[in-house]
Amino acid sequence: MVRYLKVLSFLAPAMFILIPFKLVPTVMVFFNSFQKWGLVGFERWIGFQNYLKLLHDPFFWKAFVNTFWYSFLSISIGITLALIVALIIENSRISGFLKFLVFMPVVISLIPASVVWKWLYNPSSGFINYALSILGLPKLRWLEEPSGIFFGYGPSLAMLSVVIMSVWKSFGYNTIILYAGLKSIDRSVYEAAIIDGAGGSTIFWKITLPLLSPSLFYVYITSFIISFQVFAPIWVMTGPPPGGPLGTTNVIVYYLYQKGIEDFSIGYASAVAIALLAVIGILTLLQKFFIERKVYYER
Amino acid sequence: MKVMRFIIVMLIVIFIVFPFYWMFITSLKTQYEAILFPPTLFPSKITFEGYELALTKLQLGQSILITVAMIIFIVLGELITSILAAYAFSWLDFKGREVLFSFLLVLASVPMPVFILQLFIVVQKLGLVDTFAGLVVPWMANIYSIFLLRQAFKNIPASLRDAVYIDGGGDLTFLFKVAIPMVKPVIITIAVFSAVYTWNSFLWPLLVVSDKGLRPIQLAVAYFAQGETTNYPALMSASFLSSLPALITFAIFQRQITEVYVKGGMKD
Repeated sequence: MVRYLKVLSFLAPAMFILIPFKLVPTVMVFFNSFQKWGLVGFERWIGFQNYLKLLHDPFFWKAFVNTFWYSFLSISIGITLALIVALIIENSRISGFLKFLVFMPVVISLIPASVVWKWLYNPSSGFINYALSILGLPKLRWLEEPSGIFFGYGPSLAMLSVVIMSVWKSFGYNTIILYAGLKSIDRSVYEAAIIDGAGGSTIFWKITLPLLSPSLFYVYITSFIISFQVFAPIWVMTGPPPGGPLGTTNVIVYYLYQKGIEDFSIGYASAVAIALLAVIGILTLLQKFFIERKVYYER
Repeated sequence: MKVMRFIIVMLIVIFIVFPFYWMFITSLKTQYEAILFPPTLFPSKITFEGYELALTKLQLGQSILITVAMIIFIVLGELITSILAAYAFSWLDFKGREVLFSFLLVLASVPMPVFILQLFIVVQKLGLVDTFAGLVVPWMANIYSIFLLRQAFKNIPASLRDAVYIDGGGDLTFLFKVAIPMVKPVIITIAVFSAVYTWNSFLWPLLVVSDKGLRPIQLAVAYFAQGETTNYPALMSASFLSSLPALITFAIFQRQITEVYVKGGMKD
């Protein structure tokens, strides 16, 4: 008994915070998603109606597709760039300096990153349009351009603008992980390949890339989990109102914020939150499953 | 091949550095020069008007003080709660210890945006909306920190605790005299991460604070950018000031910070 009191006193301070501010809210999301809320708060239980509404809500699906494009583009561009930089750093005399440099955008907040890029994109006095005009290219409207980047279809140029900021902000993180992955590859594998007469590109495609695939998979999934929760850059860079132009940069978390905070539809917003949790849950399971498999292979 | 490599390295360096450069250079310009087209690559006359405007009229100074206060409360709170809990999860035996710990890890994997509306409702019920307590109290415990400290505590040999017991000491003596000094690097890592994370936080302050006088720094800068100022030097001064502490901290703790990222322990 005394022993349990001791355990309890050690755990109590953390639980005093975690129960009301982490556990209770998380459990509440599930319950709220089956309820209807209005201006004054809880109104009534409505079963699966929020979820049925969600399935047929074109704005939700638009936000979902936008979030997917944001994640897919920023991660694909970001990881390709990270791989190139990691390979450069590995064989560089100034690797320490480069490692510091690429990580600088990672440690600052998304807010100043978004603010400075918004300034760079400014259609009338921004630096990017100035650079384009020097090269003899036409000026673009960047964050204000709703038309799709694939011949008018697909994600808008506004979304691509956010994507480029995001690549700048986070490819350093992927670079460091891939660099650690490269470092862990046994040098003797390369030596053996060179003795057998393999060239640079053969070594890259047949040795480096396959051996790096666990790291690549890891950064891909981790980045997807992070990207699906994008919010701050949308709030700062796009609009007004955020999510514009023409809703082409609205994303899941911003939609959730709109429904919950602006429309007071806590019930419906909770269903959106559960949908987000489902996506992240699937990605997390994929990651866990893969890491366990990797451990199995290593044995 | 060598030339190609050099060009690629230069392009990447420019890509990374230029936004920082542009932020800093614009912060030193006059508003007139900042919006000039074509833009000047270096200010024709260096001025600190932007900083003055941001810190005084836009109340960024106040926001910085609030954020520093938040860091003090959150870092200390998080360290106290995490050290005690991690000790229970590593050195005290109780039924269901591992199950409870696994449950905490699952809970930790639920990202903030999922439960943020409900967190707001809880904080509202407690009457903490638009208060300093509302900004800091929910973050004074962190499951990842408990996890990191538990790992570190587990690496301490049991013989050291037996020695403390033999000398007539208890768990608290062991914790404060032996365990905490031995895991100091982990404690520093957690403190640094928590401080940077708090300095950079935006989403929760956006929900819980509407009083202008209570805005943490990132929220203040975000509101400036969303239209509260059209003065670009002031906006860039604010952005620069809001990035600088994180950059300085990184310069000092580069090894610890990248290590934690590589191990995949923490990422917001």
